[in-house]
Amino acid sequence: MAKSIASEFTKGLWNEIPPFRLVLGLCPVLGVTTTMQNGVGMGLATTFVLICSNILVSALRNLIPGKVRIACFIIIIATFVTVVELAMQAYAYQLFQQLGMFIPLIVVNCIVLGRAEAFAFKNNVMLSAADGLGMGIGFTLSLGALGGVREIIGTGTFYGASLFGPSFQPFTFMVQAPGAFVCLGLMLCIMNMFGSK
Amino acid sequence: MREMIKMVVVLTLLSAFSGGLLAAVRVGTKDQIENQELKFVKGPVIMEIFKGASNDPVQDRFKIVDGDIERIFFVGIFDGKANRVILEASGAGFADTLGVMIGIDVDNDKIISAGVTTHKETPGLGAKAKTDSSWITQFSGMSVTKEIKITNDGGKINAISGATITSRAVCLTATDAGKIYSRLKPQIQEKLKDFTK
Repeated sequence: MAKSIASEFTKGLWNEIPPFRLVLGLCPVLGVTTTMQNGVGMGLATTFVLICSNILVSALRNLIPGKVRIACFIIIIATFVTVVELAMQAYAYQLFQQLGMFIPLIVVNCIVLGRAEAFAFKNNVMLSAADGLGMGIGFTLSLGALGGVREIIGTGTFYGASLFGPSFQPFTFMVQAPGAFVCLGLMLCIMNMFGSK
Repeated sequence: MREMIKMVVVLTLLSAFSGGLLAAVRVGTKDQIENQELKFVKGPVIMEIFKGASNDPVQDRFKIVDGDIERIFFVGIFDGKANRVILEASGAGFADTLGVMIGIDVDNDKIISAGVTTHKETPGLGAKAKTDSSWITQFSGMSVTKEIKITNDGGKINAISGATITSRAVCLTATDAGKIYSRLKPQIQEKLKDFTK
């Protein structure tokens, strides 16, 4: 079965869009999506880690012994996560303060490890890079959408800009933890409605 | 046996590579991160301590080499006289390192005001050392040459309820800062002359 770069890229955008279809890596999905900005920031950080780790794992897949592959994946992923953390601290300090603990936690994000194990370890570099990019963009879009909905309802702003004027009473439930579950559940429900044919 | 050696070699090489990469990134971003911390973490604390200064204390700073480390001092100019400095010391808090800044009047060796910069104390308890500005005002007027203690230890600072360890850590760190100041005082006075115009 020949796999094309385009199809590996696009599957991450809809058919296997990470949080909604694969339902993987929900910890940051629920934790950081209080605003759209946080969601997109987290998504971009994860995308970078996904692409880099996919490329490296795929390039080294014939060298890495099967028995210690998970340890190798973790070293590779942790390295890139720390690179992202330092870069974010240096160039986007306010975002870093907002995301805080969630950046180091990308190391244990199931999507990153999952793609390394399920895809990059078995496919060539180009396909793995396309897979990482697709999955990353899908993840970013999902987090952005979830963050956007929660931000609009929960605080009445969109990407930091006020929407409804001062008379708006924010529905703060949406920016708290239970709101994340409710919102994610509803979005999953909508996705399934479109998908189940 | 061959497989065993391969595993060890691959893991070692991978770790060495990631260590090297991280060291390079760390060195590359060090100055930038320092600037960002100055702007977003230390800046607000400095401005709070030197409220009403006629200069920009974040810009007017100098460094003194103290043993192996370079210490940064921020200068506050009041009534045309540069006689106040802020220095930072760090010590072990309840969780992770705690940074405390104290502003000192060089003329009478008394603390003008203090502030907590970086910390990872428990939100709602230890974190009050930073968020509850009334607690830290207890440090105002204390002499830097004497040891600062909480009331439980026979001192004058009322500990934050539920956060004795944090309170003690802030006192210890402030005392440390006082000791550094006393040790470097001649050099500080020398440097301050450049700022009085």
